[in-house]
Amino acid sequence: MHPETQFWTATLPAFLASTVEFVEALTVVLAVGITRGWRSAIIGAVAAVGMLGLLVLLFGPALARFPIAWLQIAVGWLLILFGMRWLRKAILRAGGAISMHDEMSAFELQKQQLQDATSSNRRGLDVVGFLASFKAVTLEGLEVVFIVIAVGATANALIPASVGAAAAGVLVVAAGIVLQRPLSRVPENSLKLVVGVMLSAFGTFWIGEGLGMKWIGEDVAILGLIVGYLVTSVISIAFSRRVQTSQAAEARVSQT
Amino acid sequence: MTWLMNGLKQVYGLFVEDGALSVAICVWLLIVWFGLPHVVASGTTRPIVLFIGLAVLLVDSVRRGSALKSSSK
Repeated sequence: MHPETQFWTATLPAFLASTVEFVEALTVVLAVGITRGWRSAIIGAVAAVGMLGLLVLLFGPALARFPIAWLQIAVGWLLILFGMRWLRKAILRAGGAISMHDEMSAFELQKQQLQDATSSNRRGLDVVGFLASFKAVTLEGLEVVFIVIAVGATANALIPASVGAAAAGVLVVAAGIVLQRPLSRVPENSLKLVVGVMLSAFGTFWIGEGLGMKWIGEDVAILGLIVGYLVTSVISIAFSRRVQTSQAAEARVSQT
Repeated sequence: MTWLMNGLKQVYGLFVEDGALSVAICVWLLIVWFGLPHVVASGTTRPIVLFIGLAVLLVDSVRRGSALKSSSK
């Protein structure tokens, strides 16, 4: 693949998806830092990043040993399941069926829980703070690792995908250090929708490739799939909004 | 053992939220893999059928999700 294609198929989706995940992890790490101390928050986050990096180093190159068709089918399959899950959630949020993720209220809730928790100190490290920070970064980072490995291994672009994820990490951490509060203005749901569209499109493309299908325009077909999923999402959002509006109207009528 | 179960639950949660959608996607992909070549001969038509099926499943999942959420509000 051309470097330009690798940017669109690996670096960009990894960057966007990682931004969403890192923003959520940052909220918890900030809450830990403020309530339990920065030492345990930072050590917990760094330990989790180290473990996740190890996972990429272990599984990333190992995947390259699989026959390419099987790898495309397996990764494509998982990308469709993963991408559609994100897409569905983003559509339902945009349609008003479920509430938007609020970074500020998540931050306040996390702070409250951490303040109430009792903990022991080990070598000057607050155990509750360390574990909360480690767990948050591991859980959010696991999705980043999957995306990096999935888009990286199939497009033979593990390094560009890792660069995208790392760039998002640096950007979010820098913003967190400067602002010292959750990044509530990041349009998380829109990012989630875009990433969901991209991952679903890549998954569909890879599984088609693995099954020996002939794509019109070859790699350019990914663009067509992105447009296709985007149109499907717009229609679904409109549909979801209509359902909400009509049910709200029915509820009003039944009340009067 | 608990940490292993929790870990497996987290990995499962990465891919499955609406169980019916996940099962339907898997069934559709199996149909496309093993059944579609016998029904659709053209190699360039198969990717279009693959996409349309997935798009329909997504719309249906959103339809079910919207109805469910608004009835539980």
